[in-house]
Amino acid sequence: MMAPQNVIAQIRDLKVHFQVDKGRRWPWEPKPVLKAVDGVSFDIYEGETLGVVGESGCGKSTLARALIGLIPAQDGQVLWLGQDLTQLDEKKLRVKRQDLQFIFQDPLASLNPRMTIGEIIAEPLISFYPHLSRRKVEERVKSMMKRVGLLQNVINRYPHEFSGGQCQRVGIARALILEPKLVVCDEPVSALDVSIQAQVVNLLKELQHEMGLSLVFIAHDLSVVKHISDRVMVMYLGNMIELAERHELYDNPLHPYTKALLSAVPVPDPEKERNKQIQLLEGDLPSPINPPAGCVFCTRCPISDERCFSDRPKLIARDGHRVACHKIEE
Amino acid sequence: MSLLAVNNLKVQFTTHDGVVTAVDDLTFSLSEGETLGIVGESGSGKSQMAFSLMGLLAKNGKVSGSAEFEGQNILNLPASALNKIRAEKIAMIFQDPMTCLNPYMKIGKQLMEVLILHKNMTKQEAKAESIRLLDAVKIPEAKKRFDMYPHEFSGGMRQRVMIAMALLCSPKLLIADEPTTALDVTVQAQIITLLQELKKEFNTAIIMITHDLGVVAGLCDKVMVMYAGRTMEYGSVQDVFHKPTHPYTKGLLASIPDLEFDQAELQTIPGNPPNLLSLPKGCPFQERCQYAVELCRAEKPALTTFNQYQQRACHLTEEAVA
Repeated sequence: MMAPQNVIAQIRDLKVHFQVDKGRRWPWEPKPVLKAVDGVSFDIYEGETLGVVGESGCGKSTLARALIGLIPAQDGQVLWLGQDLTQLDEKKLRVKRQDLQFIFQDPLASLNPRMTIGEIIAEPLISFYPHLSRRKVEERVKSMMKRVGLLQNVINRYPHEFSGGQCQRVGIARALILEPKLVVCDEPVSALDVSIQAQVVNLLKELQHEMGLSLVFIAHDLSVVKHISDRVMVMYLGNMIELAERHELYDNPLHPYTKALLSAVPVPDPEKERNKQIQLLEGDLPSPINPPAGCVFCTRCPISDERCFSDRPKLIARDGHRVACHKIEE
Repeated sequence: MSLLAVNNLKVQFTTHDGVVTAVDDLTFSLSEGETLGIVGESGSGKSQMAFSLMGLLAKNGKVSGSAEFEGQNILNLPASALNKIRAEKIAMIFQDPMTCLNPYMKIGKQLMEVLILHKNMTKQEAKAESIRLLDAVKIPEAKKRFDMYPHEFSGGMRQRVMIAMALLCSPKLLIADEPTTALDVTVQAQIITLLQELKKEFNTAIIMITHDLGVVAGLCDKVMVMYAGRTMEYGSVQDVFHKPTHPYTKGLLASIPDLEFDQAELQTIPGNPPNLLSLPKGCPFQERCQYAVELCRAEKPALTTFNQYQQRACHLTEEAVA
């Protein structure tokens, strides 16, 4: 673990709920509520990478969007340098967005097909600094392109001419041109091939080091998350169930779900892969519209008992390792 | 005799931009009960190879070479003859189970249809057999699930239904095209364990197409690494994973982050995936290969066999790339 750092963002009891039509029989019945993120609290330190892992439907993307105000939060606070972002109006939030940028999952879909690479990367700069001269903008764009490993002669090309890995470099350049303090990456490498994935991960690490960025890195690939993160948070059904420094989490997972998740990762080594013990989970993720009353994981947990089905466990902290499980308390 | 012998398989597509060779001169064989993993990045031709065997190529696709299944060439067969082989002898499971199941039909009806058509079973027999297989792939309450529609199942369950459907006529060969890519790791582990059990129980040969080297390590006996439509390396899983002899295989294995050890920086393969429309002369991998020499730029390396059955396509010696 690095030296004690400054907290730049504090997330307190953040809730994002959606009203859905599913399961409603009559129009006058109240709409069921889907609790995508249900009371998550954590801090983000300056210059760190916080990895967020979990299966599809666990609310990690919703959390990412709520962090920078792309989705309104139902309840709770996102304190950015002491100021609550959830209470700001559009105008004020927009000013803050200079410091908070986002990298999306699908590299091609997140780029406007009718804009050139140069226009795409310059857009944030022009919209926040409209008085900047064109030469100055071009200079900044070109230097940014160089830093993310794009050749300067592609500045007038369009996104469809590029491969997935290069498009993701453009997405990174666009996010970093305003020199933000926090970048939220929502599955930035999931759509890429293994060899390209490694290039992008290395690039992100390098740029983070150079610019002193904080990253929130969301992915379902646990080995990539381990490689890039300082701390890792595990989510399940809208809840944070474990958060720890990465070595602590990977070497000493406490929550039964984290253990199952880690054991399920296929290892590219025939002997290890064949001889390892996989903790198979029974069944599927319960519906977030109708989550279990007690611990969210109780329906699939191998060690759950009556208490798990009735009481929701609180997060308990032990030397910075936070976990929500009744069995750990005992 | 081998179950499937593929010789000089070539798949080409005529597009507006020219002729694309998706699979180029592929030769391999598969014995009964053997599991072959085919790995490669997107555009390496691994899926088109499978589609060509099943006669599922798009209309602008053309296939040449030969693929002998139990001694009979199955390429370019008329649809009626292919339908006899498909499902009965060779079955396939696809990446996205939702798009492969008919959303308007109950699961049970879709399963029974196969049996009634291929095995001339009566409805009662077909129903009993379908439920038996749903049980075999561990679908809880198979009797109840039998009367449900695909949208009522989760992704992992749908994939189980697909596997059950593929196994209905106890095929000799199962082709699985990225069956776990769309699934979460915990569900993926369930499906892989299921395939391992089925492999033992039914002695089915499996061709497992995937980009996840971890999945191959756990499930397969042999592995074939493809790049730009060609075989780069072929061998037993142990040999290829522990002693890769091709620069591409080495790069691929090194670029996966290790779950146990810390690495300061990931090793990468420089450059971008190949553009099949403008492949370089010579070895397709040369532009990204750190060992490339003059010869690599001039000539395509031939696939050479060593240690009885291992194969590699590289001009350099094993020692030179070690």
